[in-house]
Amino acid sequence: MLKKVVLGCSLLALFFACTSNEESSSSSSNQDDFDRSAMLVNWADNIIIPAFQDFENELETLEANKNTFIASPNQANLDNLRASWLSAYKVWQSVEMFNIGKAEELLYSFKMNVYPTNVNDIEANVASGSYDLRSDNNNDAVGFPALDYLLYGVANTDADVINKFTDVKYQNYLSDVIDDMLALTTIVLNDWTTNYRNTFVSSSANTVTSSVNKLTNDYIFNYEKVLRANKIGIPAGVFSGSNAFNDKVEAFHSKIYSRDLAVEALKATQNFFVGKAYNQTTTSTSFASYLNYLNRADLVATISDRFNNGLAQLQTLDANLSNQVLTDNSKMTQTYDVLQLAVVPLKVDMIQAMNISIDFVDADGD
Amino acid sequence: MKQAIQTYFKTTTNAAPLVFFRLLFGLMMCFSLVRFWYHGWIEKFYITPKFHFSYYGFEWVKPLGNYTYLLFILCFIASLFVAIGFKYRLAIITFFLSFTYIELMDKTTYLNHYYFISILSFLMIFLPANASFSVDAYLNTKSYKNIPKWTIDSIKLLLGIVYFYAGIAKLNSDWLFKAMPLKIWLPSKYDLPFIGENLMQQDWFHYAMSWSGMLYDITIPFLLLYKRTRWFAFGLVVIFHLFTRVLFSIGMFPYIMIVSTLIFFEADFHTKILNVLKRVFKLKTIKQQQEQLQLKYRKSVLSVLAVFFAIQLLLPFRYLLYPNELFWTEEGYRFSWRVMLMEKAGLTTFKIVNTKTGSYFYVQNSDFLSSFQEKQMSFQPDFILEYAHFLGDHFTKQGHKNVAVYAQSYVALNGRQSQPYVNPEVNLYNEKESFKPKHWLLPFNDEIKGL
Repeated sequence: MLKKVVLGCSLLALFFACTSNEESSSSSSNQDDFDRSAMLVNWADNIIIPAFQDFENELETLEANKNTFIASPNQANLDNLRASWLSAYKVWQSVEMFNIGKAEELLYSFKMNVYPTNVNDIEANVASGSYDLRSDNNNDAVGFPALDYLLYGVANTDADVINKFTDVKYQNYLSDVIDDMLALTTIVLNDWTTNYRNTFVSSSANTVTSSVNKLTNDYIFNYEKVLRANKIGIPAGVFSGSNAFNDKVEAFHSKIYSRDLAVEALKATQNFFVGKAYNQTTTSTSFASYLNYLNRADLVATISDRFNNGLAQLQTLDANLSNQVLTDNSKMTQTYDVLQLAVVPLKVDMIQAMNISIDFVDADGD
Repeated sequence: MKQAIQTYFKTTTNAAPLVFFRLLFGLMMCFSLVRFWYHGWIEKFYITPKFHFSYYGFEWVKPLGNYTYLLFILCFIASLFVAIGFKYRLAIITFFLSFTYIELMDKTTYLNHYYFISILSFLMIFLPANASFSVDAYLNTKSYKNIPKWTIDSIKLLLGIVYFYAGIAKLNSDWLFKAMPLKIWLPSKYDLPFIGENLMQQDWFHYAMSWSGMLYDITIPFLLLYKRTRWFAFGLVVIFHLFTRVLFSIGMFPYIMIVSTLIFFEADFHTKILNVLKRVFKLKTIKQQQEQLQLKYRKSVLSVLAVFFAIQLLLPFRYLLYPNELFWTEEGYRFSWRVMLMEKAGLTTFKIVNTKTGSYFYVQNSDFLSSFQEKQMSFQPDFILEYAHFLGDHFTKQGHKNVAVYAQSYVALNGRQSQPYVNPEVNLYNEKESFKPKHWLLPFNDEIKGL
């Protein structure tokens, strides 16, 4: 029997050899395997870690300005604090998609950017002075949206806002929220630099738990849910019929930054797609080059076009998306539709081309 | 000719291959059902989802809540009884009914090999697979040495159809001249040891696998039939199926096929194994060996099986009755041994419109479907239509007025760029499911030549 199996194998091999001669002349062959490890290295070293480092710096500035403001609450210090809040919020748009490693473990993004923020919870926390900011119940009372309320929405005029922070309870809450954002970010960043980076880079297999697959899923999820749905779709009411929610935009209380934050997020999405080093102009291996390796330059072009269209469409909106919802919501729903068009090549074509499983379905196929 | 046929149906042969087949089939099914439960799939596929996709005409077959577990237990006991040949007829009928019921509960989980098991167990209802080496034979103290030859041949025929039809389904331009979808699937196995980063990436290898897979499927039934090529063929069966097992997550199917093809071997092969089993388990040999088993209702059984096989031979060709590209519309795709032919993915979202006011909103599919259901729904027209009706009913019940349901759907097939799939102007809530071509699908804009 063994003899016959061996015979079978060799005949099969012979058969392969024959077929190959016939076919290889007619089509171009891929010379080399695509280097996924290099892609992971580029993601980690040139994009993710530098973005988190910059973000941590931003939060340190924010913290310093907060301390100054609390020490002497006046207009100039409030302006500085607000400016550093906005600056950090913009950089946040570049790190939110990296929901992997410690960030995933800590539910980091839930502690940083759940909106609409719950004003009642914030006020209750302030009043009681005792709270656990890491508790899931407080996810909508912390992070950037909470700061948005504290720095802009807590009173009607700047003078009144400043006045609020003469109250030690408000001072403490503001202080605790910012300190905790920094603390969490430091945990995530330190894990990347001391430990997780190597785990991340070496996990290049094609399994549902490998770095490539997980980060690809995160990336698409971020575009589809965090950007398209949360920033535009939900306020525009696309999931809720005629009810639009002008109060569900990002940075609702400061009013004029919601569009720019969405623009930042889309730019970060674009940059990651082409593998652009954080805050630099050089690009390296990422989805675009992977697709090119798979002979899908057409797809790279489609995705890039649709991102650009989305960006152009976003820029036609009122800087205050809440206002846009109230004055002409059709422009919001149009923007949603344009953004949706990029979901298709990402989620259908790119995933198909790379043959990555998008979810955790482990059923048999046939 | 007529006489030759009559003689054939009177020819008898040793019962060992069929009896051995029964034993292994029963054990494999036991194992498959335990595995299914162990993976948590009963809950995930049949209990958790709020909505289930039904087969046309079988809308009444639904999961039974927590009693679904009982159904699996029943099916397990039945397969155990089949294996040991205890109350065989009742056991195999129970197995056929319970297994088929399970498969009909939700078509999201449709697999060709589940269908294969359903029809195989239907066929086995009519075969004397408990003739010997069974509890029935022991209890009745009647064991038969010989059974009609056609009973064994019918299983070979069914296996032959599966392979041969799977082979001719590969005679299409995507498979042969674009090496699709293997060209997508193989390179993504870059993490396989030894061959992942070189062989799997080679263009010629994708073509070699496509062509040899096609030739394998078409020729293997014949190579198994002839004695001189049988061992070679079985070697190929083992290599082929183990290789697909390594490459793809296809569960039990490779093992079921490897075991099934053993039926092609001569009786002395099975007798030897059965004798070893008898010795190991110290089973009594029944003294009253009868020579010949006479089938009851022989005529009716043969007519039923004639109809059964006619259906098996014709059903895969029903796609010819539809005007559009089979892979695109999937009209006539299932139950036809079209295995691993497509890498198809889609994204389908639904818009609920109030036809009077024109106001609308989009549905978040995850509110109603599991991720697996959403994935399957997104590129299969009958799923899309059924789900659209579910949504229409749901939102009407919720108090929405003048509900119309529109789909925005994009589908990518075998590495072609995704295209619009469903006509976005058609209110799917007004469309009825039927066997007619679905006019609300948009054209494929390409051609796949072949069978």
